[in-house]
Amino acid sequence: MSARKPEPSKLNTIQAVNLALDEAMGLDPSVILLGEDIGDEEDGGVVGVTRGLSSKYGKNRVRTTPISEQAIIGAALGAAIVGMRPVAEIMLMNFTAVAMDMIVNHAAKLRFMSGGQTHAPLTIRTMTGAGLGTGGQHADYLEAWFAHTAGIKVVAPSSPADAYGLMLSCIFDDDPCLFIENMPSYWTSGPAPERGKRIPLGKAHVLRPGKDVTLVSYSRTVSDCGAVADKLAGEGIDAEIIDLRTIAPLDAETIIASVSRTRRAVVVHEAVKPFGVGAEIASRINEALFGQLAAPVQRVGAYHCAVPFSKRLETEYVPTHARIEAAIRATLG
Amino acid sequence: MSRQHTPSRAAMVDMYRRMALIKQNDERFRAVIKAGRIVAPYYSPRGQEVIPSAVSVNLTNEDYICTIYRGVHDMLAKGVPVKLLWAEIAGKVTGTCKGKGGPMHVTHPTSGVMVTTGVVGSSMPIANGLALASQVRGEKRVTVAYFGDGAANIGAFHESLNMAAVWKLPVVFVCQNNQYGEHTRYEVTTAAGQIADRAASYQMPGVRVDGNDPLAMYAAAKEAIDRARAGSGPTLIEAMTFRFFGHVFGDMDEYMREGEKAAAMARDPVPAWRSWLIQQGHATESDLAQIESAIARELDEAVDFALSSADPEVAELKRDVFATEVP
Repeated sequence: MSARKPEPSKLNTIQAVNLALDEAMGLDPSVILLGEDIGDEEDGGVVGVTRGLSSKYGKNRVRTTPISEQAIIGAALGAAIVGMRPVAEIMLMNFTAVAMDMIVNHAAKLRFMSGGQTHAPLTIRTMTGAGLGTGGQHADYLEAWFAHTAGIKVVAPSSPADAYGLMLSCIFDDDPCLFIENMPSYWTSGPAPERGKRIPLGKAHVLRPGKDVTLVSYSRTVSDCGAVADKLAGEGIDAEIIDLRTIAPLDAETIIASVSRTRRAVVVHEAVKPFGVGAEIASRINEALFGQLAAPVQRVGAYHCAVPFSKRLETEYVPTHARIEAAIRATLG
Repeated sequence: MSRQHTPSRAAMVDMYRRMALIKQNDERFRAVIKAGRIVAPYYSPRGQEVIPSAVSVNLTNEDYICTIYRGVHDMLAKGVPVKLLWAEIAGKVTGTCKGKGGPMHVTHPTSGVMVTTGVVGSSMPIANGLALASQVRGEKRVTVAYFGDGAANIGAFHESLNMAAVWKLPVVFVCQNNQYGEHTRYEVTTAAGQIADRAASYQMPGVRVDGNDPLAMYAAAKEAIDRARAGSGPTLIEAMTFRFFGHVFGDMDEYMREGEKAAAMARDPVPAWRSWLIQQGHATESDLAQIESAIARELDEAVDFALSSADPEVAELKRDVFATEVP
């Protein structure tokens, strides 16, 4: 007989999401998984997020699908309407484009169009992010498409523990949720989450309090903001970091409260800058605080081009620490 | 078909009741829209009454359907209350969807009408999901996906048939082939002598049937529904039919072949079935006249109810976006 294995103090995002899925499936038989390669016979997902789950819960609840994104989301959506809580994996965020009709015209709108008679508590997991040399169709951040659509929640964790707590909330939320996992940081470990603790959707997290400038970010670029803030702290610049956690619905209240104190804001995201989430946030800040700002709101995003392949270009494409730092300095005048 | 299915006398008369309801409802809709009393896009199903009537007598309220913008016949045959349907089409708060969906998005879970889509080809992937839920839970429900011949050329059709076959989902795909996709003739757009042939690619039965022949349609529907309910997997039914009032109400049918529509209307399946029932002694003239006058009264009430109901409040714009209202 061996003693129960102690819970690890550190987890990476693959393990954290796996743990959340496992616990949700254990709690509720209506939680089912669909996606390409997700069963154990197929290796438990291309990076192993669903590994072990088909063996534990059976192939009736963990369904390896054909490479048919419309059919995957359609199946998850139909099941959700009649009370299941499906988690559908669209392997890469660019492939959501193939399923846009199901997501945008149907999943997001059925609650409204049915006058509240039906709703679709499905979660769509998808991974993305530049840095692995995958080029123009495997690494885009497309959250603005979905945030622009009424009726779907858009969630983008920045750490393993947040991924765990937010995934549990998405699964048990009564609205469709799009859950964005950053691929290059999948293997980066962080503090293990408190088991069973769900992180509320629609609520931003003040990750680091500060008084001079507010940095608003989500997903992978939160850690970039942290690194730049650490550097500037050495010069006495005290940056506050807000991790949105949920992009839509946007927690504007937390942002406005922060910027009303710091009077300076920089929005940082890996998505291309024009017409992006940063533009929406800058506009909300202007609407609430025009006249009180010490400087125009700055945005840092990717270049407005396809994700490039060349390492040199890919490195410069995403918000670099130098661009984040320059934007912060621009607000400080 | 492996065996012949014949409807009971009661089922035959029930099919007629549904067909007559669809026909009379359509006549009333067109009159009310023409008079300008309701403003709504209307995709008349007149001429296609037999298909959902023959399907629905083989279904219960527990069974689901997904239908499309030309779907009023499917909804009525499945049992959506006429009053609520009319109020929805009039955009009133008393409608099935509080007036927020309209004719292309009628939903009425109580009668099993789970989704009505305005996007060609989108009923099939969602129907698979309804069927998947039944399969995972071990329920005996069947889901029917209705769509037109045009939808058989969309990728979602192929994805959905493949997935349903791989998983043996309890779903029946009913293609109502009215021979035109919008304004374009079938053979201009479709590289298949018949859509039913495509079922072979997905290892499921594919049946082409005269969708205006109630007995043939009943037999095909029963075979497919029984098969789905028994856990033996999906079927593709291609039901041949013709729409009497073009793509959208008001279109002038100028794209149709000379005489094609007139010939189809001369073979109107509703009076044909009525005469046959009487000739064969399955119903009397007075039985059917009673059914028709009851429908007429129901429609009178529905029109009054819809037109006298209130519009939804403006606050509805913020409701039903998410489970809880976002400020």
